[in-house]
Amino acid sequence: MIQQKVVSDRFAKVDPLSIDSFLKYDGYNGLIKALEMHPSKIIDEIEKSKIRGRGGAGFPTHIKVRALSNAKSPKYIVCNADEGEPGNFKDRMIMENDPHSVIEGMVILAYATGAEKGYIYIRGEYQNAIKIMKKTIQAAENKGFLGENILNKGFDFKLEVRSGAGSYVVGEEFSLIESIEGKPGRTRVKPPFPTEKGIHDRPTLINNVETFANFAHIVLWGGDKYAQIGTESSTGTKLISLSGNVKNKGLYEVPFGTSIRDVIFKLGGGVPNNRKIKMVQLGGASGPIIPEYMLDMSIDFDRFENFDSKTGTGAIIVIDDRFDLFDILLINMKFFVHQSCGKCAPCREGHTQVVNLVNKFKNYQAMEKDLLSLENLAKVIQQTSLCGLGQTSMTSIISSLRYFRDDYFARVRY
Amino acid sequence: MFLDEILSKYPKDSEYLIEILLEYQASKKNHYISAEDVKRISKYLDIPESKICSVISFYTMLSMEPKGKYVIQVCHDVPCFVNDATNIYDKLVELLGIEDGETTKDSLFTLEITECMGLCNVAPAMRVNDNVYTSLTPEKVERIVNKLRGEAK
Repeated sequence: MIQQKVVSDRFAKVDPLSIDSFLKYDGYNGLIKALEMHPSKIIDEIEKSKIRGRGGAGFPTHIKVRALSNAKSPKYIVCNADEGEPGNFKDRMIMENDPHSVIEGMVILAYATGAEKGYIYIRGEYQNAIKIMKKTIQAAENKGFLGENILNKGFDFKLEVRSGAGSYVVGEEFSLIESIEGKPGRTRVKPPFPTEKGIHDRPTLINNVETFANFAHIVLWGGDKYAQIGTESSTGTKLISLSGNVKNKGLYEVPFGTSIRDVIFKLGGGVPNNRKIKMVQLGGASGPIIPEYMLDMSIDFDRFENFDSKTGTGAIIVIDDRFDLFDILLINMKFFVHQSCGKCAPCREGHTQVVNLVNKFKNYQAMEKDLLSLENLAKVIQQTSLCGLGQTSMTSIISSLRYFRDDYFARVRY
Repeated sequence: MFLDEILSKYPKDSEYLIEILLEYQASKKNHYISAEDVKRISKYLDIPESKICSVISFYTMLSMEPKGKYVIQVCHDVPCFVNDATNIYDKLVELLGIEDGETTKDSLFTLEITECMGLCNVAPAMRVNDNVYTSLTPEKVERIVNKLRGEAK
């Protein structure tokens, strides 16, 4: 058994639009238990669980939660469902298959921190998920799990769905805050961090959909038991969006520590037509590209930190040997040219220059100095950009320069 | 008058600008916000027109240019690309006689290459207005386009 279903356990069992069906499978039991606990005790359990954010960066969740609980009201909780990183579809699957689990997690956190208002910000392309979440909020309110005087405990929490309108950078937390305020999604300088000054300059806690879907389990099991799943540094399970050239594309859930190779071959069934794997991109467009011989690496935040990227989203994109590295890099880099918000120069100007350089390699027109330029420029963009977009967009370039150096040299004219 | 109906559903708070724009645009046949619409929204929310335009130009799903009745968006990111998305796009170009960003003369179709829509498990994929079509082949695309042409008649 490679898979271990926690977050996705109810998928295919429950009717996503029926709260009664959710209640039959332990639904809202985590919230009912949480409301019997002291709020600070819930945060202790979250700390003991050692859960880290599932949106990609892997930040320890309890630090943000405690910061929000110490902040003065009014304060906000946001569920980041702006899943725009290419190759990811896990958040969509959670919202479409088990939407109440997200709301349950948000209400638990609202009670633990004393927040009175929350937003679920869903990318505009996810029309189906938006419709489902709106209906789910209504159903949860009708049954007293959300809204005023939740479960007669005298605690209120209002929740609203906000739709994105087509922007990748809005997945970055400050851009998302700007968008919720009805503005273009251009990031802010930090510090102050969102838990200090977020929506309308009030303390705001932002977590990924999958993170929220874990809270009910942490409360029900207790943090210590939760921490037994996975590895020392990365506890719990991870949803994996497996795509590309693989027989069984789809969503899988494995404990942290599972190897990438097992996911691709044992769950995904390997590459169609017995082709060889040329490369695998982890995390999405802002993740590293690694060669076949590195696939024994385990899915673990500590391993991913080697890449300075948002690898932790759990996307695995398999690319077989029919494809050229530079075609793949070019798609990634054009994506970032389009998605840069334009606020800071290294990101706004840099990506266009990177596209020009990658094109030279693609067309066998690069000189050796172009290799140096690409290396330098990638570092400048990574180190001097204001937000997570520019800080991680060069990961595929930097990693391919390390692991596919021969591909670059094969294109250099002497 | 239709715009007024949508506006009246929202508080007079600029926080709701994107929601208003999305809902109104989806209700319009040509999927765009006109300069006249911007004026009326600006009056209702009491914010400058320039602010509204800056929001429309920032987000790719919003437009101030009229589009076709059916906006076809084809994904071209890596997970779709390695599953032959290029053939899907080429088939659409052949069927519609337009390229990325263009609208047919009869204002029926707009074709756009778009970024990942989170349908990588059923790649290659495309969207027509709010409907998604997955695991595409050139033959399937032809059937979809023919069906849409039939519906429009």
